[in-house]
Amino acid sequence: MEMIVFYAAAVLAVISAGVAVAHRNPVVNVLSLIVTFFCVAVTFALLGASFLAGAQILVYAGAILVLFLFVVMLLNAPTVEGDANERPVQRVGGVLLPLALLAGAAAVLLAVTLAPAAAPVEGTPHALGRLLVGPQLFAFELVSVLLLAALVGAMILVKRKS
Amino acid sequence: MTVPLTHYLALASVLFAVGAAGVLLRRNGISILLGVEIMLNAVNVALVAFARQHGNLDGQVLVFFVMAVAAAEVAVGLALLVAIFRRHQSIDVDRLNVMRW
Amino acid sequence: MWAELAVTAAKLLLIAVGLLTAIPVMVWVERRGAAFIQDRLGPNRVGPLGLVQPIVDAVKLFFKEDVTPAAVTKGLYFLAPMVAMFVALATFIVIPFGAGADVTVFGVPLKGLQVAPDLEIGVLYLLALGSLSVYGMVLAGWSSNNKYSLLGALRSSAQLISYELPMTVAVLGVLLAAGSLRLDVVVSQQGDRLWNVVPQFVGFIVFTVAAFAETNRLPFDLAEAETELVAGYHVEYSSMKFAAFFMSEYMNMVTVSALLVTLYLGGWTFPGHRALSGWPLLLLSVVAMLVKIALVLWTFVWVRWSLPRFRYDQLMRLGWKALLPLAALNLVWVSVGVAKGWL
Repeated sequence: MEMIVFYAAAVLAVISAGVAVAHRNPVVNVLSLIVTFFCVAVTFALLGASFLAGAQILVYAGAILVLFLFVVMLLNAPTVEGDANERPVQRVGGVLLPLALLAGAAAVLLAVTLAPAAAPVEGTPHALGRLLVGPQLFAFELVSVLLLAALVGAMILVKRKS
Repeated sequence: MTVPLTHYLALASVLFAVGAAGVLLRRNGISILLGVEIMLNAVNVALVAFARQHGNLDGQVLVFFVMAVAAAEVAVGLALLVAIFRRHQSIDVDRLNVMRW
Repeated sequence: MWAELAVTAAKLLLIAVGLLTAIPVMVWVERRGAAFIQDRLGPNRVGPLGLVQPIVDAVKLFFKEDVTPAAVTKGLYFLAPMVAMFVALATFIVIPFGAGADVTVFGVPLKGLQVAPDLEIGVLYLLALGSLSVYGMVLAGWSSNNKYSLLGALRSSAQLISYELPMTVAVLGVLLAAGSLRLDVVVSQQGDRLWNVVPQFVGFIVFTVAAFAETNRLPFDLAEAETELVAGYHVEYSSMKFAAFFMSEYMNMVTVSALLVTLYLGGWTFPGHRALSGWPLLLLSVVAMLVKIALVLWTFVWVRWSLPRFRYDQLMRLGWKALLPLAALNLVWVSVGVAKGWL
């Protein structure tokens, strides 16, 4: 049962990610990326990370992609004509590099034999919270400073000089 | 019958490759940022899969931080795109060649 | 395993049917209530006390001509009302509508009248789906290919995402006091102590105002009122698709009222509930929950016909400069209270 759900979600995630990078219309790109994020949230839930599945929908699908959609609609983002790159090196590299990545990943994954998995720990909010205010407190505070910096930076970048 | 770890990592690699292809092959600034988001999600999947393999939650805490950093990066990246659009009336990144050699 | 599945399906059916029948009742309450507040009678021709009026309205909407304007983006135009309905329907599965932790049905423990009783992330699921309701509006406004629609959709969605913040911070206060994200834990803790409206009164006010803004109800319905911006993002929709938006608005109202009752007004608990157990507790708790939700829904209708509308900049200023600091102060108060053991 778990396998069926995982394979369905994985295939759908890859297909919609492909549509998200390949289609000309930016609104279609954003909408198919929402489907990808849903499938990734399903994968998280299958791996026992229930808090991260909820956070994935809340943060990625519900906030980041809304921001993308706003920018697409406010800029009336035109589909850039002839969307192939002018520089042939980048066109060739853009095909070769992902293929090289896939080949390397396949070589490693087919050759490796894994140790048996440790006993699974449920990613409940309590467990994650204890880690965040315990061992990872410094990183947690740094991330909050980073978010403040991003907030101020984004507002300054779009401020009109009046 | 659980799904082995290598299948989750295969999903992560394929998503990463798709995202990388999107970043390298598109001229539209928004599409490039979407490709970056796909790559970040692929990394998140790999991290959570490894967290399950090792039996502790350090991978999941790292995913939490990656999500926060991704949100910050998207906000600033889109603000940059809006500022660029106001100046050049286009988001074609190939037009941004004033500082090239 | 099949027995558990059957019990969950039965709970889902019961609560879904209850939610869907709440819509015609709400339409009737809205129209009669509006009439009484405005010192007139309201619909009283169709059936006793006008009770058949919502059914007649639904039939009328069903038979209206379904006009699809020529210049719309067809795929998104058909998708938008579906997204709105899906989000409105899928959020109620974590709300406990009754007690029943110790009731077994055909040998399967009921675990409370809640469709998903074991979901550890409880409220986070509801907030996550609530943040998806923006897409229904934005897609409707964009695909209609009409500048008033687009403006209404952008204003409406900016309002929604702005008021998500004070709502979430107010909910955080409740979760901090309860110690868990699960709503059945929140309700049972309120059964042991005071209802959260008393110690967290500021949070209650913030949550209520944010709930009005989240459901686009007066005094915050500038983006979709009939007299403003040509009714906003659903102006190009007719017949069943318009009915879908209309129904999703009322379902959102019912869900947000149920959430308000669960978080602040004690959920299904009532004075003396600790003396009961088993089936009598289940039935009485469902009645108590329905009475409380009905009172909150009546407050929604009452406020709608009593207060004038906020202007858009006043609305945004209220959300960011007034509610968010108040919610943060509430969170500080709750943290101090929990640390000292008062809450």
